[in-house]
Amino acid sequence: MSEQVTALPDATSHSIPQAPSPVRRRSRLAEKARAIALGAGFPLVLILLWDRAVALTGTRLVPSPRQVAVMMYDFSFGGVYDDAFSATILTHIWKSMTRVYGGFFLAALIGIPLGLMIGRIRVLRQLLDPTINLLRPIPVTAWLPLSMIFFGLGPNAAIFLVFLGAFYPILLNTMFGVRSVDVRLFEAAAMLGCSGPAMFRQIVFPASLPAIFNGLRIAHGFAWILIVVGEMTGVPTGLGSVIMDGRTLSRTDLVVTGMIVIGVCGFVTDRIIVVISNRVLQWSPQHHA
Amino acid sequence: MRSPERPHVVIRGVTKRFQVGDGAVEALGRIDVTIATGAFVCLIGASGCGKSTLLRIVAGFEEPTTGEVLVDAKPVTAPGSDRGMVFQDYALFPWMTVRQNIGFGPRQRQLPRKEVDDIADEFVRLVGLESAANRYPSQLSGGMKQRVAIARVLANNANILLMDEPFGALDALTREQLQRELLQIWSRARVTVVFVTHSVEEAALLADRVLVMSAGPGRIESDINVDLPRPREVSSPEFNAVRRELARRLTSHMASARARVDELT
Repeated sequence: MSEQVTALPDATSHSIPQAPSPVRRRSRLAEKARAIALGAGFPLVLILLWDRAVALTGTRLVPSPRQVAVMMYDFSFGGVYDDAFSATILTHIWKSMTRVYGGFFLAALIGIPLGLMIGRIRVLRQLLDPTINLLRPIPVTAWLPLSMIFFGLGPNAAIFLVFLGAFYPILLNTMFGVRSVDVRLFEAAAMLGCSGPAMFRQIVFPASLPAIFNGLRIAHGFAWILIVVGEMTGVPTGLGSVIMDGRTLSRTDLVVTGMIVIGVCGFVTDRIIVVISNRVLQWSPQHHA
Repeated sequence: MRSPERPHVVIRGVTKRFQVGDGAVEALGRIDVTIATGAFVCLIGASGCGKSTLLRIVAGFEEPTTGEVLVDAKPVTAPGSDRGMVFQDYALFPWMTVRQNIGFGPRQRQLPRKEVDDIADEFVRLVGLESAANRYPSQLSGGMKQRVAIARVLANNANILLMDEPFGALDALTREQLQRELLQIWSRARVTVVFVTHSVEEAALLADRVLVMSAGPGRIESDINVDLPRPREVSSPEFNAVRRELARRLTSHMASARARVDELT
């Protein structure tokens, strides 16, 4: 069994993680701490620069980090200004999330099956591909007036806009994923007795998953970007509407607070998607983000 | 034990033309071969002689332009689980573990879960991959991947193994190991093997019968029976004689094919 002997050392290191020696564990921890320090250190430097710039120019139009921090505290817990925005952060996050994920999941629900079919079925591709490429370059903001006519003033228009923005990356990446599956896999499956709808479920879908997850991740980023546009349509709550209110009231500290909350929400949820995708795609060595 | 007289695969008047741009390329001239049940047949020839195309026609991946292929007296119209293809690049499903890859065929037959698992385990053992059963293909060496590919078609009751330069991408040591294992599987499982290779040595080591092909268009030039006793000793004079004979045929066909091309141009 010379083959086994030569193959094992290399192969086991992937699948069966051995208990790392104390020395190596310490250096891995140090490496991780270093990465976190660098990643968190840079925003701190930016905040410092921001603070200095505001102080040196003496502007009253841009809030200082301290003002934003106070606003953030009031937005989260209240007790400072005690106005309409005090201690309302969770309501706004919740409302925005229902719209972000309403639009996102709707886009995934339609985009993934449609992308699988367009990628695999030639007639569908010929039928739909030109239309898709015609509609895709139209900015989501251009749909704003029409979406308000279709869905009225309210959350549905916001969900529609988020859906539009999330739909194309999911659709196109899924199509691309299907098109780039190795033909041999279809041949191998056919020879093993797999055909028709079973081929979709067992081969086309799993083989395209890496590309699908790429699309989902990009779309998810767009969904958070578009929530501000979506909530311009005159909804009373949501992080986007907070920013629009801050603009109308000339309260830039509120605007920046809203921006930071959206950034953090987007960041945290993106990490969740990465964790899920690493778990689902653990078979794919190229995909670990 | 074997019944060498009963034909398993009959290739009758098969030709193949490919459309390339405006013109057509004749990949296969007329091919007529009958392969007996339980035989180990090697197809050997220079690259471009159509040996892989012929194999893919038997597998049902390609349709012949004329002629037909009969397997157990029934014409081939599509890929089927009676003919298991083993590809050079393995074509394992990367999102499935070794056990799931091997159980894929039985799963398609809607067998009960317990039965699928039993079959998968049986063939995992057959190719000696018990310790790697739960790994993904990306965590395997080339030799281990090819073992999975062989087990995958055997688990699906394939009684013809179609192998397209299966060991071409492996290092010499692993290749020898797998050649030995393949011969063991062949004698135990009583399958018919059609094995495409460009290695004279490999053909002499494995085959009962060697079909030497030449290109432009692809045809079978020589049909040689190899009746050396098994296991074959690669350093024996008899083995060397077979190897020299195969090499001589191969090169003379290549030379005459070149001469034909020269005449045409």
